Amino acid sequence: MTIILACVAGLLALALLAAVIGASERGRPIVYGGSLALCATILVLAVSMQSEASLVLPLGLPWLGAHLRLDALARVFLALVDLGGAGACLYAIGYGRHEAAPLRVLPFVPAFLAGMNLVVLAADAYTFLFAWELMSLASWALVVSDHRSAEAVRAGFVYLVMATFSALMLLLAFGMLAAPHGSYAFAQMRGGGPGAWRAGLVLALALVGAGSKAGLVPLHAWLPLAHPAAPSHVSALMSGVMTKVAVYAFIRIAFDLLGVSSWWSAVVVLALGGLTAVLGVLYALMQHDLKRLLAYHTVENIGIIFIGLGLAMAFRANGFAAGAALALTAALFHVFNHMLFKSLLFFGAGAVLTATGERDMEHLGGLIHRMRLSSVAFLIGCAAISALPPLNGFVSEWLTFQAILLRPDLPQWGLKVMIPADGALLALAAALAAACFVKVFGVSFLGRPRTSAAARAVEVDRWSLVAMLGFAALCLLAGIFPGVMIDALAPAVQQLVGGRLPVQSGLPWLSVVPIADSRSSYDGLVVLGFIIVSASLAAVAVHELASRAVRRSRAWDCGYPGLGPTTQYTAASYSQPIRRVFGTIVFRSHETVEMPPPGDLAPARITKTMHDLAWEVFYAPTAAAVGRVAEYLNRFQFLTIRRYLGFVFIALVTLLLALTIWQ
Amino acid sequence: MHGLDFDVAHMLAGGLVLVSLMMLYQDRLYALINTLALHAFILALSVAWQAYIHNAPHLYITAAIALGFKALIVPAALRNIVFRLGIHREIETVVGIGVTMLVGIGLVALSLEVMLPVTTRADPLAREDIALALSVVLIGLLMMVTRRNAVSQVAGFMSLENGIVLAATGAQGMPLVVEISVAFSVLIAFIVIGIFLFRIRERFDTVDVGALDSFRGEHE
Amino acid sequence: MILSLAAQGTQMLLVLLLAPLLTGYVRKLKARLLRRRGPPLLQPYIDLRRLLRKEAIVADSASWLFRVIPYVVFAVSWVAAALVPTFATGLLFSWSGDLIVIIALLGAARFLLALAAMDVGTSFGGIGSSREMMIASLAEPAMIMVVFTIALIAGSTQLSSVAAHMLVTGVGLRVSLALALVGFMIVALAENARIPVDNPATHLELTMVHEAMVLEYSGRHLAMIDLAAELKLLLYASLIACIFVPFGLVLGAAGPQTYAVGIAAYVGKLAVAGTMLGVLETVIAKMRVFRVPNFLGIALMLGLLGTLLLFVSRTL
Repeated sequence: MTIILACVAGLLALALLAAVIGASERGRPIVYGGSLALCATILVLAVSMQSEASLVLPLGLPWLGAHLRLDALARVFLALVDLGGAGACLYAIGYGRHEAAPLRVLPFVPAFLAGMNLVVLAADAYTFLFAWELMSLASWALVVSDHRSAEAVRAGFVYLVMATFSALMLLLAFGMLAAPHGSYAFAQMRGGGPGAWRAGLVLALALVGAGSKAGLVPLHAWLPLAHPAAPSHVSALMSGVMTKVAVYAFIRIAFDLLGVSSWWSAVVVLALGGLTAVLGVLYALMQHDLKRLLAYHTVENIGIIFIGLGLAMAFRANGFAAGAALALTAALFHVFNHMLFKSLLFFGAGAVLTATGERDMEHLGGLIHRMRLSSVAFLIGCAAISALPPLNGFVSEWLTFQAILLRPDLPQWGLKVMIPADGALLALAAALAAACFVKVFGVSFLGRPRTSAAARAVEVDRWSLVAMLGFAALCLLAGIFPGVMIDALAPAVQQLVGGRLPVQSGLPWLSVVPIADSRSSYDGLVVLGFIIVSASLAAVAVHELASRAVRRSRAWDCGYPGLGPTTQYTAASYSQPIRRVFGTIVFRSHETVEMPPPGDLAPARITKTMHDLAWEVFYAPTAAAVGRVAEYLNRFQFLTIRRYLGFVFIALVTLLLALTIWQ
Repeated sequence: MHGLDFDVAHMLAGGLVLVSLMMLYQDRLYALINTLALHAFILALSVAWQAYIHNAPHLYITAAIALGFKALIVPAALRNIVFRLGIHREIETVVGIGVTMLVGIGLVALSLEVMLPVTTRADPLAREDIALALSVVLIGLLMMVTRRNAVSQVAGFMSLENGIVLAATGAQGMPLVVEISVAFSVLIAFIVIGIFLFRIRERFDTVDVGALDSFRGEHE
Repeated sequence: MILSLAAQGTQMLLVLLLAPLLTGYVRKLKARLLRRRGPPLLQPYIDLRRLLRKEAIVADSASWLFRVIPYVVFAVSWVAAALVPTFATGLLFSWSGDLIVIIALLGAARFLLALAAMDVGTSFGGIGSSREMMIASLAEPAMIMVVFTIALIAGSTQLSSVAAHMLVTGVGLRVSLALALVGFMIVALAENARIPVDNPATHLELTMVHEAMVLEYSGRHLAMIDLAAELKLLLYASLIACIFVPFGLVLGAAGPQTYAVGIAAYVGKLAVAGTMLGVLETVIAKMRVFRVPNFLGIALMLGLLGTLLLFVSRTL
């Protein structure tokens, strides 16, 4: 435990060091390399430690100190944070070469990592919120690091507002939890046993606070603004890791500190999760900016995670520990998977940005010929996020489906309706995600280059490639050895819901049996083996027995020669059918075509309009209302001296009155 | 009275819900009228099956009324009206078909959720039939609300009445006189609506009930 | 052990050999219904042999992905078809994948094929790919809801358990099962690119979906993809046979006579499925592309309704 803390302190020291040496040529490898080493150390320790450890440091509030604790749940998330952090630092050693203003980025990355580690380790509310704010501020600094772009500045502003909001909600939640005993330490909060209304309020506050940091609809609006504005390795950290820290905050409060679940809160979580999943992927389908699309997709995956968490809460409220264990394992597995493949995809987007200078898919194309290894890694990331077997995304989705099918005879009616509805929403989100990522890979990497920038792309440096291919390999390994992952998550699941899945490591052929043999089982290794053997057999048979001749020629052009790359499908045209089917309902989208009269040489114009309902219903009116109140209150800046004295006088008299009434 | 009897009764009631949802899906008038005829046909089968398993011969008469009147005569009359009015055969909906069907599914869930806990002490065969009948009623009402064309609103009204008949037969013991009076009131309503439709058509050259709003005297 | 290995191997060979025959039978039946003589019953085999021998013509802008994908798509479809119990349950590797795995494997095949369509960089590939993904975005959830309904009735997603449950326990007529069957058939039509969703014999860009995706493929690559499509059709027919009409399936260990009866029953069920498909394709017309989502929406609603009924009540 002390070593872990020493590493965190080392990260903070690196942050300070980076402020000094950041500008120099060797500053960047030192800072990122040092962060990489520290993160890797914490990762190894978190994975190998078996027992709990706690520590109280004499920092922070005098009567509280800083409580730090490493229990099973914290170990899982610590390993996750540091695996993501290590990957991002490895990637950044190469990627950071292209940073225009290194001093604006370098000092804040280790601070960001330190903040996230401390949030997971914290065992009292003060340390938790201090680390939470450190995490938010460091990432805010990284979001506005490109200070010349108006988009980044606006993103930073919205992010700061939402981060403050989430911290406020969590503060109120912790305050309510601390009320019975008056102590902010988690150990005291745990035994609190709050009543039904208090628990519901705490859960609502935690859902809003953690959910806005994670990206639940409708609190997600900052995510697609802030995540793309930051440098790519920071985007990977924010999307892949920071959102998971927010999920950790929710799990810690809802499952650990509150201790009880009520079924109607499970219904709320399930509803929000399902809504977030489908809306996130629909938003993502409409984007053509690579990083913004990936940020919206994070929203979808957070929705899937919350569906799993909602199921766990529902089963727990009914006392069904085995089902809660299955649902929670599925949710935690998806947390891990998403960290892996979202980071990989953001690394890929950064590689594309480095190679071509473009983030817009409409200006890319044909990159598979120029960036061979990056495209392989990105393809594996796309396949993993689309939940294709035998990769890891499929395993967590499969486990979630098994959890949905587990108990159709729950007594509460809200759950009876919500759980099948969530099953449908989850299936819809998964199918739309596959469509989204065929679009991403097909438009950016396949086809022919649409601009000269794409035609001149070169492969990126070795560090980035190693990071990307490493994460891709991890995606494959987690997919074919899911039993290892499930057993690793078991202690945390046991701690939270009092049950666990059966031990997976001894099963024949390394298959995964979540409930019982006759009910369902899955073996990723066997499926992969079958596919490889069949494909090789087919290829060899065909090549030996039939023909292996290949001739290169022009693509089929219907007799019109010289069709340029602009005749290819663009991202907007790819998603047009889906926009017509779903977008008319969700975004009120419609297309208008202005055709010039016959004989006129002007081009026809197609305009598509879409409305972001969350922004129009929640954010814009709220911002307008805040603006109006601020305008009104602004008048208090310009009062006469007599009026100010009058305020003081009224306040004094009111307090004296209150004192008399109180007595 | 378990096993196959239950299953066939549930199958017919579920089939009625299915045909109601199919009616929501139609966007051509003739197809809608044919679906309405199918709706009444399945109702007739369901009532006849109830008559068989409960040994209630008067329900056979109800089934015959449903078959003859609602499955043959009323759809023929509606087709005649459509032909003579010459109204164009597409049905305009207020919201898209997808949203309407989603709301339809939600109504089925709602009616199941309302009816099943309330009737825990009733006969197990009747419980689910009543719940499904309520969903047929609600879907018929939904159809009347989300369609602009008057003929399709009539179809919704007829399917609503079919749902009521299903509920009544499931409750074991709707007297024949109630059935006849209900049928007569439907007949009267139908004649009135038919006259009304011709009047509207003469006056406004359309049967879009939205066109009536502009003549209500609520000028802004 | 040897016997079960032989049974699994027989199944894998059987699906591979029967797949082109099913497609040939459907084509012949459709031709006959239209009062044409039609191609010979074994025409798909002749086509495969012809294509395998030809030189593959690959576009200049195609990448390595284009040449690898046909084999992977074929392998994935074959593995998925091998996981479905055709004449016997409990085959050696049937536990490695359940219904959800089979659907996901077919989704993986579609993902790869959609990528291959985008690879060459023509607008045909884009059309096919984007329409296919739109259809899939509704067909796959509909299929999963149908699977949920079946799994809730049978208490398992493992196909062997489902088939055994349907055969032994006797579920009787249930509303949700009927809804699941109708939904399943609609999804099967959509996934196999059959009328009314897609015309498997057209090459007009206005009407192509699946054919547009594989327009650039020729020679042995096209042979692999055609065989994969035939395997997919066989897979869907086998799924319907195994789940809804499991009579004749061999449960557990049995003698060779029972296996022979099982195989005969399976071939009979395939013939019935092929007949129904042929008649349906002849009788109805293809839908406009943007009416297909409404059609698939029905399948999704049916599956959702079936699942809902099972959550809410025990006897429906």
